[in-house]
Amino acid sequence: MSANPLTKAEFELAGNAVSIRHFTRRFGETTVLRNLNLDIAPGEFVALLGHSGSGKSTLLRALAGLDTVEEGQIDRPSAVSVVFQEHRLLPWKNVTDNVTLGLDGKEWNAQAEAILHEVGLGHRLEAWPLTLSGGEAQRAALARALIREPKLLMLDEPFAALDALTRLRMQKLVLDLWKRHDCAVLLVTHDVDEALALADRALVLERGEIRTEVEIPLTRPRRHADPVFEALRERLLHALGVTS
Amino acid sequence: MVELVMNLFPARTASHQLSLSIGGLLRFCRRYLSVALVLVLWQAGAQAGLIPSRLLASPVQIVHTAWSLTLDHTLPQNLLVSLGRAGAGLVLGIAVGVALALVAGLSRVGEDIVDAPMQMARTLPALALVPLFILWFGIGELPKILLVALGVKFPVYLNLYKGIRSIDPKLIELAKTLGLSRWKIIRDIIIPGALPDLLVGIRFAVGISWLMLVVAEQVNADSGIGHMMMDAEDFLRTDIILVGLAVYAVLGLLSDQIVRLAEGRLLTWRGRTAVQGGTR
Ligand SMILES: Nc1ncnc2c1ncn2[C@@H]1O[C@H](COP(=O)(O)OP(=O)(O)OP(=O)(O)O)[C@@H](O)[C@H]1O
Ligand SMILES: [Mg+2]
Repeated sequence: MSANPLTKAEFELAGNAVSIRHFTRRFGETTVLRNLNLDIAPGEFVALLGHSGSGKSTLLRALAGLDTVEEGQIDRPSAVSVVFQEHRLLPWKNVTDNVTLGLDGKEWNAQAEAILHEVGLGHRLEAWPLTLSGGEAQRAALARALIREPKLLMLDEPFAALDALTRLRMQKLVLDLWKRHDCAVLLVTHDVDEALALADRALVLERGEIRTEVEIPLTRPRRHADPVFEALRERLLHALGVTS
Repeated sequence: MVELVMNLFPARTASHQLSLSIGGLLRFCRRYLSVALVLVLWQAGAQAGLIPSRLLASPVQIVHTAWSLTLDHTLPQNLLVSLGRAGAGLVLGIAVGVALALVAGLSRVGEDIVDAPMQMARTLPALALVPLFILWFGIGELPKILLVALGVKFPVYLNLYKGIRSIDPKLIELAKTLGLSRWKIIRDIIIPGALPDLLVGIRFAVGISWLMLVVAEQVNADSGIGHMMMDAEDFLRTDIILVGLAVYAVLGLLSDQIVRLAEGRLLTWRGRTAVQGGTR
């Protein structure tokens, strides 16, 4: 109608990787997400905190395109990837074939090999998923997400099932990958320390809305002993209803 | 999932494994020892005149008869005919069972149309249909092949359908986030995910195919192992009947072994697994 060359979606995104406006999600009578607004800048690392059942995964599913958006508007890049709490590797395909799942053409194999080396799985290219350790499987899932060069990478409690040591190692890996691949990241986590160690910004989802938003202006790698870190942590814990 | 992985890789200590293999060896010997003992007693009883050969031929006699039946081509010819029927019936039955399971497993409409009749029909003893099949299809090859196919279709259908339905919906969800088309979801996730169950179904199917064939060939046939046995009955040749039985037994064992071998080949990703349950 007008001479504006931008499509509606591009206009709404206006420099953001993700833009959510007035998004509401109901399951029958219960409203899980209510009139939610959220912008994520390109290359920004955002952590999403919240109690169990607060709707974190629901928001992620909508962003991933697994749910139809009925109320409100979600604009997101077409290249998005998700890593779930469980690795969700196909047990009947070896690691490389899992990483290239859905990508046609032999040329992807070299790509998969490179990215598997990058996540530290270069020695298990041909392995069956059932023979991988929990951490290795999650690395393969990360490789599968990254080979598509997503503009937005979503991680739904990807390390929750891992032991503390492996989790620390995976956090460092995610930071490295994020810097190298230059994508926006939305990390869902229960762990306040994890959010503070990784993200540029932490959000707390509560009763269907983002009630608390905390910028984390610290340089990485971050030290837990840092007084700023301590203060932010108090704020987030307080927002989550944990008082010490 | 965690449970599955634990089942696949049971933690075994070395000593546990050792005692297991020694125990296994002992059991192996015991099992075959008893078989050998029965054979020896049987032979001794026959030679002492305690077992009349009119009722039961002796083991030595059976081996001898099998050899002469092989030399005069009776056994190989009939065996070939039986194998042909079982093979044709198996192929047909597996094809129909797979097709029906795919229809029922991949669409709600298909499920409503196919599954209920199949669940009802499977309670019907297939062998009770023999008279009807003879009426409909005469006494040629067709009714025998169809009868085998009929029996084979059910375990294939039931197991594959169950396999398709029990695929982890999380994997399908993942495929959607990766943008896989419906066809690719079927090819890369549903089919390989249901393959273990399909193979269990086929193992049952192979066993059933021999059962159906025995009956079909004994009721009406002028060739095949079953016919050879019925013929022998008229002349009180228990040795030939027992040769037929032995052939069926060997065929059953062999075909089961072949399917297991195929399982090992096709399901390498599972590692070493315990025997899975199935639906007959
Ligand atoms: N398909 C569904 N049908 C009905 N209710 C649902 C459905 N999916 C989620 N819910 C409900 O929506 C609410 C939010 O669920 P969601 O999975 O988003 O929580 P979460 O914040 O991810 O929790 P957790 O931290 O435990 O993973 C829960 O109360 C859940 O019961
Ligand atoms: Mg969740």
